[in-house]
Amino acid sequence: MINFGNVSKRYPNSYDALKNITFTIETGEMVFVTGHSGAGKSTLLKLIAAIERPTSGSIIVNGQNVAALKGAAISILRRNLGLVFQDQKILFDRSVFDNVLLPLQISGFDPKTATGRVRAALDKVGLLDKEKARPITLSGGEQQRLCIARAVVNRPSILIADEPTGNLDTDYARDIMDMFRSFHQVGVTVLIATHDAELLGGAQQRILTLDHGKLAA
Amino acid sequence: MSAWFLHHSYALTLALTRLVRTPFSSLLSIAVMGIALSLPAGGYMLLGNLQTFSGHISGAPQLSLFLALDASRDEAAQIGSRLKQHPQVASFQFVPKDSALQQLKQGNGLADVVGSLAQNPLPDAFVINAKSTVPEVLESLRAEMQKWPKAEHVQLDSAWARRLDALLSLGRVAVLMLAALLSFALVAVTFNTIRLQILTRRDEIEVSKLIGATNGFIRRPFLYFGAIQGVAGGIAAWLIIALGTYLINGALADLALLYAFDSRLHHLSSEDSMSLLLFSAGLGWLGAWLSVANHLWQIEPK
Repeated sequence: MINFGNVSKRYPNSYDALKNITFTIETGEMVFVTGHSGAGKSTLLKLIAAIERPTSGSIIVNGQNVAALKGAAISILRRNLGLVFQDQKILFDRSVFDNVLLPLQISGFDPKTATGRVRAALDKVGLLDKEKARPITLSGGEQQRLCIARAVVNRPSILIADEPTGNLDTDYARDIMDMFRSFHQVGVTVLIATHDAELLGGAQQRILTLDHGKLAA
Repeated sequence: MSAWFLHHSYALTLALTRLVRTPFSSLLSIAVMGIALSLPAGGYMLLGNLQTFSGHISGAPQLSLFLALDASRDEAAQIGSRLKQHPQVASFQFVPKDSALQQLKQGNGLADVVGSLAQNPLPDAFVINAKSTVPEVLESLRAEMQKWPKAEHVQLDSAWARRLDALLSLGRVAVLMLAALLSFALVAVTFNTIRLQILTRRDEIEVSKLIGATNGFIRRPFLYFGAIQGVAGGIAAWLIIALGTYLINGALADLALLYAFDSRLHHLSSEDSMSLLLFSAGLGWLGAWLSVANHLWQIEPK
């Protein structure tokens, strides 16, 4: 499902974020990417969504070489991914509902179906009673759940989250993690980058550890 | 409903919402576009009116030969026979001074003025149709007749119309240049309006791109906005011209009464009006397209 083959990424300032990374994630797996800050976790996730391009190597997602995609093909790829961004990227000029609606508008759903799907996604993350609220009035944990609702509303086969528990206290963080596990249980491939070792404590999932841009064994 | 239709109705709704949410700046932009468009379009309209006016006259190779006031009937008859034999004259008509006065009394509502005259101030005249329409030939014919005895004044009726024609083609070039320059200005106005919109919607555009929006999806609402604003500008220009013709026609109505000729200005024809709207919509669209393309190019992953 996701395959990295000898992937390296060097930024224009000649900083090597990733060095010769090779791994495969099977369909339906749940995988954590850990490592110190600056180890290349975010870069790795961005490469999958074609937000960054690799300097060398091949990245196969759903049978497509992401490194070679252009224009509209990148857009189509991203519609099949659920992305939770490190900096959340919530739009504060519109309601919770409209934030979650955006991916469906982009995919061209008719308003009726879209409304149903948005409500279902908000229900899953427990924000249904806040659909008319402005995101600024939500707590940190609620904002993060809003991001997850937006990521899953398109029903993607792959869910990718960058530090989804970054600023949350332990109880909220556990909540969020349970949510990802429930998506994993219904067959979604889940990939989470985190530096939060505590979250991994009880995890039986596979862990990819990055150290200075290299995969630790 | 197809995704294509949904995407377009979504973009159109968004564009209209944005237009209505900023009524003041929208109205200002539309007014600027309207004024800028009304200059060349109004010029075109005036030229069109003058064109039809001069077109009635410039086609006919007509000369008027006025005799001296003291010319006798015999002398007039002599000129008549000269004209009959002249190879360049197709036909001619003698207008005796009495019937000319009569005509003036009936035609122009000047009966009172004419009636108060002590004697007839009008000369005998010949209205001559020449065979040739070549300006040089007509001019030499005029010069020749001018030398005939008792010929006071020979006038080439079409001369001034031709001069007007020449002026009109000059005017057309000027209007075209004005249109080209102001079109450029309009594209720039839209470019900037859209650029400001993009700046305030930077987050939305970035997020949309990240979750799978195509460039077309991002571009569409802005293109609609540009086109709608363009059409509104075109309508504003049309209204400005309509107001202008209305005011001018009010003033011309008095002149028309005095001189008994149809001097009403006509607004742009429906074809020309449609062209104006399409053209202004196109300009708005182009400005928006350039603006969005410029921005999207800047945020493309490299």
